[in-house]
Amino acid sequence: MTTEMIYSATSTGLIGLGFYALLVRRHLIRRLMAINIMGTGVFILFVSLSARGDGELDPVPQAMVLTGIVVAVSATALGLVLIRRIHAVTGSTRLTPGAVVSDEDEL
Amino acid sequence: MIEFPWASAAIVIPLAGALLCGVMSARLAAVVASVSSALTAMAVAVLCWRVWNVGAFVESLGGWGAPLGIDLYADGVALLMVAMTTVVGVFITVFSLGYFRDAPDSERENSHSRGLYWSLWLVVWAAMHGIFLSSDLFNIYVCMEVVGIGSVALVAMAGSMALRAAMRYLLITLCGSLLYLLGVALIYGGWGMLDMQALGPVVEATLASEVALAAMALGLALKTALVPLHFWLPAAHANAPAPVSALLSALVVKASFYVLLRLWIDVFPAIDKAAAMMVLGVLGTVAIVWGSVQALRQNRLKMLVAYSTVAQLGYLFVAFAPASTVAGAGVAWHGVIYFAVAHGCAKGAMFLAAGAIAAALGDDDFSSMRGRGRHLAVPLVAFALAGIGLMGLPPSGGYTAKWLLLTAAARADQPVVAFVVTAGGLLAALYVFKVLYYAFARPVSGSGSDAGETGEVQAIPTTMMVAPLMLAIVAVLLGVWSAPPLHLLDIGLPFGEALGPGLKP
Amino acid sequence: MRALVDTTFWLPLAVVASSMLPGIFIFALREEQWRVRTLLNLAGAFLKLAFIAVMLFGVYVGVEYETRIPLVPGFDLVLAGSALSMFFVALSGVLWLITTIYAIGYLDIEGSWHRSRFFGFFSICVSATTGIALAGNFFTFIIFYELLTLATYPLVVHDGTPEAMRAGKIYLAYTLTGGALLMVAVVWLHGAVGPFDFQEGGVLSAFDEEHRHRFVPIFALIFVGLGVKAAIVPLHSWLPASMVAPAPVSALLHAVAVVKAGAYGIVRVMYDVFGIHYIAELGIGRWVAVAASVTIIYASLKALAQDSLKRRLAFSTVSQVSYILLGVAMIGPVAAVGGIVHLVHQGLMKITLFFCAGNIAETLGLRRISQLGGVGARMPWTMAAFTVASLAMIGVPPLAGFVSKWYLGMGAVQVGYYWVIAVLMASSALNAAYFLPIVYRAYYGAPERPWPRDERAGVLETRASLLGPTLATAGLVIVVGVMAASPYSPVAWVEIVIARIYPPA
Repeated sequence: MTTEMIYSATSTGLIGLGFYALLVRRHLIRRLMAINIMGTGVFILFVSLSARGDGELDPVPQAMVLTGIVVAVSATALGLVLIRRIHAVTGSTRLTPGAVVSDEDEL
Repeated sequence: MIEFPWASAAIVIPLAGALLCGVMSARLAAVVASVSSALTAMAVAVLCWRVWNVGAFVESLGGWGAPLGIDLYADGVALLMVAMTTVVGVFITVFSLGYFRDAPDSERENSHSRGLYWSLWLVVWAAMHGIFLSSDLFNIYVCMEVVGIGSVALVAMAGSMALRAAMRYLLITLCGSLLYLLGVALIYGGWGMLDMQALGPVVEATLASEVALAAMALGLALKTALVPLHFWLPAAHANAPAPVSALLSALVVKASFYVLLRLWIDVFPAIDKAAAMMVLGVLGTVAIVWGSVQALRQNRLKMLVAYSTVAQLGYLFVAFAPASTVAGAGVAWHGVIYFAVAHGCAKGAMFLAAGAIAAALGDDDFSSMRGRGRHLAVPLVAFALAGIGLMGLPPSGGYTAKWLLLTAAARADQPVVAFVVTAGGLLAALYVFKVLYYAFARPVSGSGSDAGETGEVQAIPTTMMVAPLMLAIVAVLLGVWSAPPLHLLDIGLPFGEALGPGLKP
Repeated sequence: MRALVDTTFWLPLAVVASSMLPGIFIFALREEQWRVRTLLNLAGAFLKLAFIAVMLFGVYVGVEYETRIPLVPGFDLVLAGSALSMFFVALSGVLWLITTIYAIGYLDIEGSWHRSRFFGFFSICVSATTGIALAGNFFTFIIFYELLTLATYPLVVHDGTPEAMRAGKIYLAYTLTGGALLMVAVVWLHGAVGPFDFQEGGVLSAFDEEHRHRFVPIFALIFVGLGVKAAIVPLHSWLPASMVAPAPVSALLHAVAVVKAGAYGIVRVMYDVFGIHYIAELGIGRWVAVAASVTIIYASLKALAQDSLKRRLAFSTVSQVSYILLGVAMIGPVAAVGGIVHLVHQGLMKITLFFCAGNIAETLGLRRISQLGGVGARMPWTMAAFTVASLAMIGVPPLAGFVSKWYLGMGAVQVGYYWVIAVLMASSALNAAYFLPIVYRAYYGAPERPWPRDERAGVLETRASLLGPTLATAGLVIVVGVMAASPYSPVAWVEIVIARIYPPA
């Protein structure tokens, strides 16, 4: 198994995991984490590409991933603020209003 | 004047305005935003003039060319989208001047939030220009994220009612962007470059490129709210403050669609997409029917207009069916872009008018218009003119677009598409006249000839009356003055061979 | 030497704009500014008439008028003056002036609601009608055709009562669907043969070999699309429903402009798109004649059953408009003269009848035929006008209707359509059966006093602004009949039109 394959498999797994959780989970913090996991998968894929060919590393993907991380951090921050506001206004941490089950139910 | 970097200016001016607004008091921010809107409009006008006379051109930001630097690429299609954004944007600014003066308390919880509004709005505007003018796939990703995050924040400004809609919108837009970024990574892995113009000739049909296209198309369809991925749109668009609704429905969804179109035609010409185009055509059809039916069931004005967006976005995808044939492709792509522009102006006008009507009534339920039509005359005229555009009736930009789409269907020998496009117009008539009905109907109790006009409405600022009306007139003018925009569209033959046969019979 | 102002370009545009611009200004007026409104209305009407007169003379001496503005590549906005189109334009110009005076008397002096809105849309309707008449290609025709649909809606629902709103819904359902079918057919046609302008003698026979199999279904679609406005059975139901509109609307729009727009469109398609000889070759003429005959008989029978005066007149309109199609569809020069001249003759007769119905309703508050006893003594002039128009409808010489029927009958003999003579005779008998009882009751029936209202205006039986137009049109009914043989009569003009289509052997 080459290094490249390990990276590919890891990133595919993370993207799949994040996407699955985004669809299935209801608690908003979990969904935001799911998005972050998905993003990490994409970043790993990107970084692994900088080792294309034999020669030295390609610096461009790393620069792009750094930019991507900055974007992800700010999006996460906005998401967290929104979740806190939703919780403050509605007392719930879900998108769908209705019967509020305790947050532990999802563990 | 030619040498000045006008394409960069179209992005930098609103961005600079945004930075200034962020640190200013609300009153000063409004002034700065107005000035930078005007300057942006000027830069875009010069840009159009230049492309018209000189042709498509590449501009390197800061003098650093590709592959290290960021190239801006201005051709006819990009320019048309930028021009639409600017026209709608200017009127959104004008409308906002009045709107945030007497906004409901929930929307100005602290004195700072209005400065924040201007800042966010200008950032989104700059980033949209960035999307349209970039030819670098990663640069587009960054701009899309800025648009997405800015839009979410703007939706959330409507207060507690809109928080959940904003949150769902955030998750959707992030997910869509990541799927897009996945495609970018695969493309870079395969071909080592990200410039769209350069990629087109070299990208082959491999597993990697097919997965990349699939992931990007899925992500962008999610952001463009193609049925069945539209579930997030109505709540977000309807609950946002009125100028933000206009921004989202008229412009933001068009940006992601534009990227999809560019990828489809410029980057992946090698992949055989005929089957996928038929699928998109079918989904577009479902969108038209489903969106219209849902719009008909609403009794909140902004909700109705939001569902109308779901329906109208369907047209953009229905056109993929005739575009998959050689005979129909040229006209279909022209029709799609013209439709996007016409819908942008009409829907922007409609949401602004809806905002003005709701503010005057103090109520979003449009049946309370009954008997108060005279006091709402100006926004109602704007609403009606925009409605003509959505129905695709002459004279309006929507008519020209629909004429092109029907021509494409005729050339591609796809009567089903012609039927869908026509039926969609009739469905639009149903929901537009559902609203206008209450503009003409007498109040239930009034029976005498003069007892009609009883209810009064709240006075609304002049800017809120003028902006939707002017924008609606632009939407109509797009129908009586179609030749120049269609000519602009052809400059640089942006879609290469796909536009080859073009409009000429 | 080229003239400073190129009248051959500007005149057709001026004819359309002379009612459009006053209409747009009228929207901006306040309700109580009735003097300015009246001034604008009358100035527009007189100016339009002057433009028409100049153009009529120009066309007579052989000047070719054409306004051509490119809209979409390949499709121009074309307004052109042909002998046939000038005939329709002259009719709408003259009757607009008369009806405007009537409408001012009907609702502008005393308090009535939304008068600016009413007159604004009224003017736009007339502009749309002249646009339809002057349209030089299908693209232009559809623009004005749909404009007419949209601008008529506010007039139908003007009263805002539940009944009016219901009629508005029916009206839109029929006319928007018809318009959509028309557009599909037209785009289909252009997809097959490319862009073309209307031409005397038709254009499609040149494409016979390649596209013949398409032409019959395309004609069927166009016929249904236009047939909605021409009120061909079974597409006619919107017309009786629309009778809730104020009297001037029923008089000008539903007796003259809207239904004639449909009938004129069909005539135009048969003459200037297909070419009447090609219509004969395709075997379409026979079917049009049958559809027209069925409409004539069926609507007359329905008219018999109505007690509401306006509804009876509406069914009479449905029946009489099909005379036009019958005449053209028989494909012979004499019958064609009868059909086309009926465009004007029926307009004059029917507008007189609607004016009378409006006078009776406004003055005495009577709307049902069963209430009309004694009206002949109370309103002698109105009933005299009504009697003249009724007798003309029945075909009593030497009135207008007789001339039409005479030519139709002679034409039927000429082409050997003997069954048409039976249709004409049955129709005349039915006309007598539903008009004469009204006249009889008015003169000899016992009055049901007191009238719901009784409004005198000095020595006159009703307001001068109502009575004047009524007597004027009744006078015209007599004049065009008596003077039919003179070189200045409508018949003489139609013979010029027909001589170009059927050159004397």
